[in-house]
Amino acid sequence: MSSARPLSFHVPEPAVRPGGTPDFSDVPISRAGEVRRPDVDVAPEEIRDLAFAIIRVLNRDSEAVGPWAGLLSDSELLEGLRHMMTLRAFDARMQMAQRQGKTSFYMQHMGEEAVSCAFRKALEPGDMNFPTYRQAGLLIAGGYPMLDMMCQIYSNALDPLKGRQLPVLYSAREHGFFSVSGNLATQYIQAVGWAMASAMKRDTRIAAGWIGDGSTAESDFHAALVFASTYKAPVVLNIVNNQWAISTFQGIARGGSGTFAARGLGFGIPSLRVDGNDYLAVHAVARWAIERARRNLGPTLIEYVTYRVGAHSTSDDPSVYRPKTESDAWPLGDPVLRLKNHLIRRGAWSEERHKQAEAEIMASVIAAQKEAESHGTLHTGPHPSARDMFEGVFEEMPPHLRRQRQQGGV
Amino acid sequence: MPRRTMVEAIRDALDVCMQRDENVVVFGEDVGYFGGVFRCTQGLQQKFGTSRCFDAPISESGIVGAAVGMAAYGLRPCVEIQFADYMYPAYDQIVSEAARLRYRSNGQFTAPLVLRMPTGGGIFGGQTHSQSPEALFTHVSGLTTVVPSNPYDAKGLLIASIEDNDPVIFLEPKRLYNGPFDGHHERPVMPWARHPQGEVPDGHYTVPLGKAAVRREGNAVTVLAYGTMVFVAETAAAETGIDAEIIDLRTLVPYDLETIVASVKKTGRCVIVHEATLTSGFGAELSALVQENCFYHLEAPVVRVAGWDTPYPHAQEWDYFPGPARVGRALKSVMEA
Repeated sequence: MSSARPLSFHVPEPAVRPGGTPDFSDVPISRAGEVRRPDVDVAPEEIRDLAFAIIRVLNRDSEAVGPWAGLLSDSELLEGLRHMMTLRAFDARMQMAQRQGKTSFYMQHMGEEAVSCAFRKALEPGDMNFPTYRQAGLLIAGGYPMLDMMCQIYSNALDPLKGRQLPVLYSAREHGFFSVSGNLATQYIQAVGWAMASAMKRDTRIAAGWIGDGSTAESDFHAALVFASTYKAPVVLNIVNNQWAISTFQGIARGGSGTFAARGLGFGIPSLRVDGNDYLAVHAVARWAIERARRNLGPTLIEYVTYRVGAHSTSDDPSVYRPKTESDAWPLGDPVLRLKNHLIRRGAWSEERHKQAEAEIMASVIAAQKEAESHGTLHTGPHPSARDMFEGVFEEMPPHLRRQRQQGGV
Repeated sequence: MPRRTMVEAIRDALDVCMQRDENVVVFGEDVGYFGGVFRCTQGLQQKFGTSRCFDAPISESGIVGAAVGMAAYGLRPCVEIQFADYMYPAYDQIVSEAARLRYRSNGQFTAPLVLRMPTGGGIFGGQTHSQSPEALFTHVSGLTTVVPSNPYDAKGLLIASIEDNDPVIFLEPKRLYNGPFDGHHERPVMPWARHPQGEVPDGHYTVPLGKAAVRREGNAVTVLAYGTMVFVAETAAAETGIDAEIIDLRTLVPYDLETIVASVKKTGRCVIVHEATLTSGFGAELSALVQENCFYHLEAPVVRVAGWDTPYPHAQEWDYFPGPARVGRALKSVMEA
C-alpha cells in the first residue's frame, strides 16, 4: 500500500481582500537613484538583477536622483505633466459620458498615466506601437486630436473607424498607433513581426509591444519572446503590471516567477523593472531600450510597476475584490502629483499655475467633447451608415456581400 | 510547355513573386535551408537570401502573428504552415487578427498575407496530418479560401493570392502534390509529367480568385468538388457512365455562384463532394446555395458525399476517404430519384 499522503492544490491569493487593511509591505521597492544604469550594449546576463530591482528617479523629497536622472529639460517635463493631466481630464469626461449613456463602454488610465505618456516621448516618428486598451497616453502625448478619440468612443458620424470597434480600441497609423485588438496578447507577437520586417528591409524604425500583467499568461506572449530573441528584433516589449487583471491579482499570472520582467531572462532578453508612476524613470528606461533597438542590439523587456487606481472598465466594480483604500496605500504614489511636486521643487512650476493649468486643460477637453457630440453619440445624432458595415471586409466587395447588402436594404 | 508537379508549380509561383516584388517573403517551419518537408520552398533561401526565406520556431501562432505584423509593415509574407492540422494554435491570429485588420482599422492597416497549408488525407497521415479544415476558414468574414486541384491552377492561384491585398488561406491537397489521384489507392499514381494539367507555363500568370472551372461538361448531374475530389468525381463519372458536369470550385470563398447555378439549372441534379467531415462542412453551404437558387429546377434532392464525422483514422483511411465508389453511388441515387 502506498504511503503517499494526499496532495493539496495551491491557488495564489492576494494579501488582502475587501474589509482588510491594504498591505504592500511584501513589495520590495528600490530606493530612488539606487539602481545602476548600464551601457545599452551590456550583455543580458550582466544585468539579471535589473529584472528584480525597480528603477526609480524621483525620491521622497521630489528630487531627481541617480544615474537615470537628468535626461529631460524643464520644458519637456512640463509638457509631460500637461499630457498626463490631459489624459486624466479626458478620462474623467469620457467616464462621465459613459455614465450618461452617450457610449457603451470606457476604460480609464487613473494611476498609470506616466507609462504611456513618457514612453511616447522617447519614440521617433515612424516607430510603431502595438498597444492595449490602456495606452491612450501614446496618442495624447503623440499629438493625436482628442476630437478623433472622442468620435471613436461615441461611434458617431466622424468616427475614424466607422463604428466598427468598441470604444477606446483606437487605430492611428500616422501616429504610430496600431489598431487595438479586443483579444489579448495577440499584438505582442505582431509587434515583433513588424520589427522583424523593419530589420529585413534595413529600415531604421522600431516597434513597441504592449501587454498587461494578466495577459502574459497567453501563449502569444511566449511566442513573442521566442521570436524577438531568435531574430534579435528591434522591439521594446512592455509589460504594464498594474496589479489587477479585472478581479484577478497579478500573482495568478505571475505564479512562481519572481517578477514579470524575470520572464525575459530565460530568453536572453535584457529585462528591466521600472517605477511606472515615475515619469522620469519611465522615460529614461524607455530611451535606453529604444536606443538598444535602434542600434540593432535587439529586444528589451520592461516591466512597469504601477497600480490601476480605477476600475478595469466601466463594467467593473473593484470594491468587490479589493479594499477600497488599497490605491491610497500604493507605495509608489500618484504619477501626476509626483511630477508636479518635482517641477515645483525645481522652481519650474507652482500650485497656482497647476490649478490654472487644470482648469485650462479641462476647458479644452470639454470644448472637444462638445464638438464631438455635435457629430453624434452612440444612441443619438448622426451615425456611420449601415451601408458602411459591408465595406472594408475585403479590399473589393465580393458578390456574396453585395447580395447581402442588397438584402439588408442598404 | 514544361510540365511540373504541383510542388514544382508552387515553388515556381513563389520564385516568380519573390523576383517581381522584393516585399514577398517566405517563412515557416523547415522552409529555409531544407526547403520544406514537401520541398515546396526548395532553393529559395539559397537564391533570395535569409532575409527573404527563413526557418521559424515551432510556434504557429507566433508565425502567423509575426506575419500579420510584417504585412502591416508593408511586406507580403507567404507563410507555410507545415500541415493544415497544425494551424489550430494560430487560429486566433488568423480569425481575430489577419481577417479583421482591414475592417477594424477602416483600412489604415491591412494584412496581405498568404497562409499555405498542405491539406487532406490519402498519405496515411492519421488524424493529425490528414484534416481538411476549410470550413473553419470559409465561416470567417474577411478570409479568402483557395483549394487548387492541379499544377497549372496551383501556380496561377498562388500568384493571384500573393498579389491579393487581403489574407488568403491556400490549402494544398497533399495527395495531389506529385500526381493526380483518382481515388483508387491501390492503383499507381499517374505523374503530372504525363497529365495535361501538369502543363505549367514559365513566368507570371494568374488564375483569378473567386472563379470556378468546369472540368467536365455534362447534362445529367452537376458535381461540385474541389481539390482531390475533382479527380475522384471524374473517375466516378467515368465508371458509372453518368453524364456528369464536374465543377472545380478552386476558390471556396468568395464562391462562384454564377457558375454553380448555371450548371445546376442545366442538369437539374447536384452532388457535392468533399473530403472534410460532413456535418457543417462547406458542402452544407453549397447545398443551401443550390436549394435557394435552383429549387424549381431540381429533379432530385441535393446529395452530399463527404468524410465521415469521425477523426481521420490511420488504418481505416480508405474506408474514410470518399472514393469513386461512394461518389458513384451518390450519382446513381440522384439519377434514380
